[in-house]
Amino acid sequence: MFYREAGQFKTTYQADQAVFPILQDRIGLALILLGAFALIPLMASDFFISVIMIPFLILALATMGLNILTGYTGLLSLGTGGFMGVGAFACYKLTTLYPGINIVVWILVSGFFSTALGIVFGLPSLRIKGFYLTVATLAAQFFLDWSFIRVQWLTNYNTSGAIEVPTRTLFSMPVTGPNATPQFRYLVILSIVTLLTWFASNLVHGRIGRMWMAVRDMDLAAELIGIPLYRTKLLAFAISSYYCGVAGALMVFFWYGSAEPGVFNIDQSFTILFMVIIGGLGSLTGSFFGAALIYGLPIVLKIVLHGVGINILPATVEHVTFMSVGALIVLVLIIEPLGLARLWQITKQKLRVWPFPY
Amino acid sequence: MRMKATILAGTVIVATAMTGSVLPAAAQDSIYVPLFTYRTGPFSGSGIYIAEGMHDYLEMLNQRDGGIGGVKIAIEECETGYDTKKGLECYESVKDKKPVVVNPWSTGITLPLIPRASVDKIPVLSMAYGLSASAVGDTFPWIFNPPATYWDGASMILSYIGSKEGGLDKLKGKTIGYIYLDAGFGKEPIPFFEQVSKDYGFNLKLYPVAATDMQNQSSQWLNVRRDRPDYMVMYGWGALQPTAVKEAAKINFPMDKFISIWWPSEDDAAAAGDAGKGFKSLNWHAVGANFPALQDIKKFVTDKNLTQTDKSHPGKVLYNRGVYNSMLIAEGIRNAQKLTGKKVVTGEDVRRGLETLNVDEARLKEIGLGGFTGPVKLSCADHNGHFATFMQEWDGTKWAKIGGDIKPMADKVNPLLAAAAKDYTDKNGNWPKRTEACDKAS
Amino acid sequence: MDLAYKILIDPFMQMGSAPDLLVQTLWEGLVSGVLYSLIALGFVLIFKASGVFNFAQGIMVVFAALTLVGLHQAGLPAFVALALTIGVMFGLAFLVERLMLRPLVNQPDIILFMATFGLTYFLIGFGELVFGGNPKKMIASELYLPSGAIDIKMFGGFVSLQKIDIAAAVIVSLMVLSLALFFQKTRIGRALRAVADSHKAALSVGISLEQIWVVVWFAAGIVALVTGIMWGARSEVSFSLQVIALKALPVLILGGFTSIPGAIVGGLIIGIGEKIGEFYWGPLLGSGIESWLAYVIALFFLLFRPQGLFGEKIIERI
Repeated sequence: MFYREAGQFKTTYQADQAVFPILQDRIGLALILLGAFALIPLMASDFFISVIMIPFLILALATMGLNILTGYTGLLSLGTGGFMGVGAFACYKLTTLYPGINIVVWILVSGFFSTALGIVFGLPSLRIKGFYLTVATLAAQFFLDWSFIRVQWLTNYNTSGAIEVPTRTLFSMPVTGPNATPQFRYLVILSIVTLLTWFASNLVHGRIGRMWMAVRDMDLAAELIGIPLYRTKLLAFAISSYYCGVAGALMVFFWYGSAEPGVFNIDQSFTILFMVIIGGLGSLTGSFFGAALIYGLPIVLKIVLHGVGINILPATVEHVTFMSVGALIVLVLIIEPLGLARLWQITKQKLRVWPFPY
Repeated sequence: MRMKATILAGTVIVATAMTGSVLPAAAQDSIYVPLFTYRTGPFSGSGIYIAEGMHDYLEMLNQRDGGIGGVKIAIEECETGYDTKKGLECYESVKDKKPVVVNPWSTGITLPLIPRASVDKIPVLSMAYGLSASAVGDTFPWIFNPPATYWDGASMILSYIGSKEGGLDKLKGKTIGYIYLDAGFGKEPIPFFEQVSKDYGFNLKLYPVAATDMQNQSSQWLNVRRDRPDYMVMYGWGALQPTAVKEAAKINFPMDKFISIWWPSEDDAAAAGDAGKGFKSLNWHAVGANFPALQDIKKFVTDKNLTQTDKSHPGKVLYNRGVYNSMLIAEGIRNAQKLTGKKVVTGEDVRRGLETLNVDEARLKEIGLGGFTGPVKLSCADHNGHFATFMQEWDGTKWAKIGGDIKPMADKVNPLLAAAAKDYTDKNGNWPKRTEACDKAS
Repeated sequence: MDLAYKILIDPFMQMGSAPDLLVQTLWEGLVSGVLYSLIALGFVLIFKASGVFNFAQGIMVVFAALTLVGLHQAGLPAFVALALTIGVMFGLAFLVERLMLRPLVNQPDIILFMATFGLTYFLIGFGELVFGGNPKKMIASELYLPSGAIDIKMFGGFVSLQKIDIAAAVIVSLMVLSLALFFQKTRIGRALRAVADSHKAALSVGISLEQIWVVVWFAAGIVALVTGIMWGARSEVSFSLQVIALKALPVLILGGFTSIPGAIVGGLIIGIGEKIGEFYWGPLLGSGIESWLAYVIALFFLLFRPQGLFGEKIIERI
């Protein structure tokens, strides 16, 4: 009814190939951005921003990173946590060594350190495939995890082996550390995530994205039509690790405020992978859906269960939350194995033809 | 397809609606004390006892005395699973309800809270864990970690070893092994051990155990067999401890030379059966339930089924540790009430209350914990107290106190603490100077 | 030069000078290897028959052991509890097939993998809800598992063999033997192998996939129970046991996902390799290298055999 494309004629190839060819989509996106940039910081509570929105955006960024590797290029990786850690530790070292340079610059630069390591651990990807490739990424995960604990230089010889985020400013307002307001942190993260999403969207819709998808669908065939396999795979590793690295740096600097190496453990890698799968392999929108569902669901469930009865003990709530999350994951997969992104597409399709489905 | 979409959409709407509406507001006429607990997760073996002890003591005050100073305590547990992410979520969710104090019960959760405490005006009570340097009250006015730091603990273990050997100078040429959880908590004592190993000329051997390998320690203990240390010191938690005790028994390590910091529970020591006899750990409070306060817990809480505590748990070492923790909270609140004359106190008030905390023998007797533990007195400069502890030994069925009080080596620990506090503020750039006024002890 | 000595010569000198410790290290590696193989075996059984990479194997280990101990604590005699636990594992297999696998039939591998993660979450919550989160002592002596150790004097030192470890080795060998017999000699076993070869072909000759899946999940449940008893007797039964399941990943990858002998050989290589590496070379790097050494060993083998040691050769066609 509202979602009609009748009357929208495309007169150029450019218009026809646009990422959002329908006017309503563009309006919707503008509304979402407006809401995210203006409404949420003005209206939402601190709790909502710092417990739900900030983690959601950061995890969505990491999910997007892994989606480039696993969803678009078809290389299964379980090293996400490690690559996120590289970003975080690199950012910490850089900002303590050169405190004069703005933290946002360092956050964006720290991703390149992850890129370098991502390429190194991506090297075996030509020879080893499928589930077997996970061993290379797992080696990365466990080796990096171990290095964060063992190499004390990384934490500036902190006695607890943890990194403590110093206060840094942007436009002479504190943006990290305890005095930074959630709203300001949120806006900085949102800007970075929006920028990187826009970049990723252009990548996957362009030549490089098509190369990745060709490799994913069948790498031998891709090679035969002249796609350099090795370069394409390594490029996917590089860009994916960059996104994960930036997400890791954001996570420690804008969310946790301090981190033990343990936060970059294998669980982190699994969590991100599940966000990719639930959200939808090979979909950037899906990355956001997946992050929202896997991260948000336990919190929402916990609050709901708290709301239902006063007599339920918190430990029981935790147990029930675990059970419900597990059951819901299976349920979502049964309803739509291709992930939430596919569900979203179906919904859109239905809206287009409503109320006269054919 | 349509039905599926409807179901999904419905779920989302209901969930969102409920998120907005709930989160019970703390009533104005009560004091809100959130308890961060972990009854789930890999460390729940230790966490359950502590959660039970903390909850039951406060609940007992509510039932018996109607709270503290006539004001009910609003107790709310938040489950962290010993996970930093969930811990921060707990903190954010309780922050707006004006808690008077938080107990993170995990070093990983304590660290991010340290800089936030002064901003949010919520004192952090990290009882004998967390950052050792936070004992320096002038630098960390909002953090309290009585009754002893991990460095104090290490120094007390060392002086105990010294007393066994007939003097610390006899340690020369001996080997001491240190097995620890390879995380912030276990790594913290290393600078101290390295320092004293130079001072006294003993060899230090480190055996880190990764959190993923807690139940798989055979290589660490093989190394122990090769290095033949004269003593083993352990800083463990959760499943690390019973496994270590079993492995030590397996290689026939003399149990009476195996000494742990204050965290092993009865279950941990009992893991190796009779072979575990002689295993030692530090402690600063009694075990058993033969104290009026613990009897009151039984009478007012456990017997009335106002708790989920297992009937066999009160009196166990970690349960009593939880009781001790809640005793500090309660006394801090009471002290704050006395200082300010207010009934319903705030986080700022409780910070002052904790800072001037003075629980002497008479007071301990009054609250039904006479002989349970030593007196606690904190000051503005010293948020820890560095109190003496004693050694307890596993006799096969229970922990038994052996020997008298062991005092920490203040001359070794204090310079390290001051240096660590300075290091912390240096690295954090513009760490805020203490602006909170210092109260006279009441 | 000094470093080269420390890496290349010193460890072997140590092996030579204290052969009893070398034997002990090998033994410890062997025992860990056997236990890793056990977990890997559970994975392989399910992967072979249904193509599912069962992430939930780790929590099944915990769940089985908890059920056993929990039932015993509820007052049942040990062997009744054991029988009931086997029943529970059958029930679990049945429910998994009915509620999870059947609706997801013919989906890509990664989706099924994800579903088993959902199962993991569910079992964590369910297990803690029913049995509580506190660690429990395995009822080893009630099940007539031996305790104590045999000390063998050799090379001027001693080697200490835990009786429970010997028992573990024996039980695992028996299990593998009986599984092999089951696969080779019984009707269901033949059907299992047929399903492993091709789902569609198996279906067309009238093999019931549903039945086969229940059988393999049940078998994996039994393997999980045995794993739980053995690991539980070595330390304790608690939820932190599930992280040990991660150790099975390099074993699986090394041995190949579809090979039972692969799981055994892979487990032994990883177990012995990581103990030797940790014991002799670990101190050079500040120890704890065990956590990633297993993966590096597996990676090394994979560079030469990309399908694992015993995996089926990967043939790619366009």
